[in-house]
Amino acid sequence: MVNALEAIHIKKVYGDYTALNDVSISVPKGSVYGLLGPNGAGKTSLIRIINQITMPDEGKILLNGEQLKPNHIEDIGYMPEERGLYKSMKVGEQCIYLARLKGLSRAEAKDRLTYWFDRLGIEGWWNKKLEELSKGMAQKVQFIVTVMHEPSLLIFDEPFSGFDPVNANLIKDEILKLRDDGATIIFSTHRMESVEEMCDHIALINKSNLVLQGKLSDVKQRYRDRKYAVSLICQNNDVAFQQIPVEFNAQPIVLSGLDNTLDVQIQIPTHIDVPSALNRLTQLGELTHFSEVIPSVNDIFIQTVQQHG
Amino acid sequence: MDKLWLIIKREYLNKVRNRTFIIMTFVSPLIFVGVALLIGWLTSINSDTSRKIAILDQTEDNYISLFESNNRNEYIKLNGISKEAAITASKEADYYGLILIEAQKGQLADLSFYSDDSPSQGFLESIEDKINKEATANNLKDAGIDINVINSRKVTKEIQVQNFTGEKTSKMSGWIKIAAGGIAGYLLMMFIIIYGNMVMRSVIEEKTNRIIEIIVSSVKPIYLMIGKITGTSLAGITQFIIWVIVGFILMIVATTFFGVDAFSTPANADVLAQAQDPNKFQLIANDIVQLPILKILICFFIYFMGGYFLYASIYTAIGAAVDNETDTQQFMLPVILPLMLAIYVGFFSVMDNPHGTVAVIFSYIPLTSPIVMLMRIPFGEIAWWEIALSMLLLYISIIGVAMLAAKIYRIGILMYGKKTNWKELYKWLRY
Repeated sequence: MVNALEAIHIKKVYGDYTALNDVSISVPKGSVYGLLGPNGAGKTSLIRIINQITMPDEGKILLNGEQLKPNHIEDIGYMPEERGLYKSMKVGEQCIYLARLKGLSRAEAKDRLTYWFDRLGIEGWWNKKLEELSKGMAQKVQFIVTVMHEPSLLIFDEPFSGFDPVNANLIKDEILKLRDDGATIIFSTHRMESVEEMCDHIALINKSNLVLQGKLSDVKQRYRDRKYAVSLICQNNDVAFQQIPVEFNAQPIVLSGLDNTLDVQIQIPTHIDVPSALNRLTQLGELTHFSEVIPSVNDIFIQTVQQHG
Repeated sequence: MDKLWLIIKREYLNKVRNRTFIIMTFVSPLIFVGVALLIGWLTSINSDTSRKIAILDQTEDNYISLFESNNRNEYIKLNGISKEAAITASKEADYYGLILIEAQKGQLADLSFYSDDSPSQGFLESIEDKINKEATANNLKDAGIDINVINSRKVTKEIQVQNFTGEKTSKMSGWIKIAAGGIAGYLLMMFIIIYGNMVMRSVIEEKTNRIIEIIVSSVKPIYLMIGKITGTSLAGITQFIIWVIVGFILMIVATTFFGVDAFSTPANADVLAQAQDPNKFQLIANDIVQLPILKILICFFIYFMGGYFLYASIYTAIGAAVDNETDTQQFMLPVILPLMLAIYVGFFSVMDNPHGTVAVIFSYIPLTSPIVMLMRIPFGEIAWWEIALSMLLLYISIIGVAMLAAKIYRIGILMYGKKTNWKELYKWLRY
């Protein structure tokens, strides 16, 4: 299957500063692709190259298998992190203007905008100036402007920053719907919980380098490290307190409640298999909880960034 | 190309529909005509009030009779009192001044004017003139010479100015040329400053609105830049044309209805006086017709567009480099300095010697050539290759400057919250 987007060995240098160093990513068609990384890692630089706002110094970009060309702009929808609209221009008028810059005819633009304005419940605001709109409404307009030309690739840079929770949810659902309708979504953010919820693929960029890429489930698989959450009602506290840290490389032990429940996260050493470990734990007390700790995107993010730091 | 057209259209409509722009377009000519009328009116009341001036003549030659009261000056003739008494009396009566003609042995010895005000040069000269003429005549008479004999043999030839092909011009032709060049140069400077600033503000606006990245993900920044400059200049030209038309109509209305001649400021009273002489009027009209009008118009258009685009590119770059208007100050010097220099060179060097070294050099330097050359052209005698070379240099540097500006623009519009300085700009040019 052709990838919706492929960046191949992208390098971008500003003066003496390397913003992107040999970064290659593949975004499968129909995926929600999370582009993660700390501030200043190079995410926005990469996104700007995909949008042809800047040119890479080396490497190339393929959109649906084709080398990126100027008219591909019309097949990409981009919501930048730093976003806004003309304050003193009427909402409808400026949406039509922006749609026409994306290659739509006036009539087409009008039709699609009417649809979207209805859909997001802002149909009464067509003739208002942007400065008269509430922030939430302006954000909806911003979203419409990004998607109205029905691009096959949508890029959202920090889409939820500045959105109130209600609108953030609404936009999230709209994004997922667009994915279901066949669009590919690239999604750049710091908010790991939304990555967890929405993305099926992720890439992690740190200090201008790609450090991690793949299907979210594969990545998680890779980062599994035999960690388990355990709850134990101890008969003899002293033994459990001493043995668990020694045998299972455990986190500091917390004793909770009046019934002497011990909640602890353990890591089972590689030379012990899981059933034996379970066995050993039951000897130490009454086991009430035992489950694998799947690494969260947040954990993976922090761990990887620290590793490469 | 379609997109460029869209941008030009938006920029134009956005400017033209702006409330401040509309108000400025229609109020400015009103203010301008109002001020002109006010000056005209003030000048007329200034000359309406008559001044009381005392005269004390101590000679026996009756110079007093030379001074006839008119609606401007009322002369009060003093007799038989001392100089001191005359001064005190004039002061107490709050007269404008006192003309004191002192005598020695009955003959004219000294001439003084006492006043707390500052009388004009012309007024004082007219007093000197009257008395000296009369005194000279008296002296000649005493020496037995008939003044009429002298007068009838006096030669008063006026020099006639014409060029080598024999076309006559008035002595004022220099003034007309200066006016034509001066107006053209000054208009261009005003246009650059007003609309260059407008372009700059509109760049800053897109940056602070944060819409810029959305736009440049649809069109190339260079299109946006060209569209912005073009759209704004079209709005500017619209405004200028409206100003001229409205101003002209208002002038006519005002002159007819209020009966105040707003054109007759004291400064050009002389010119008008000359113009009233039918022969001279003919010559002045000739002068205007003989200006290389077509050449001036064509050159005006080319230099106007060139000069404006050159400076507008710089203004665009400045707008892109900063986050808000207050930060623009540090970058304004390279815009204002050459403009001021061009105007100064124009008004001093060119008018003094239109084809002198300074004027010639500055009419080649692209940042000053539009203004300086426009001021030189009415004086004629500039070889076509000189103009061609100057235009070529101008347009080559427009391409160069626009390319540099586009580079700064492309990078600057996506830089937020960074204080930019000259060093930073230099770095951007190397990206």
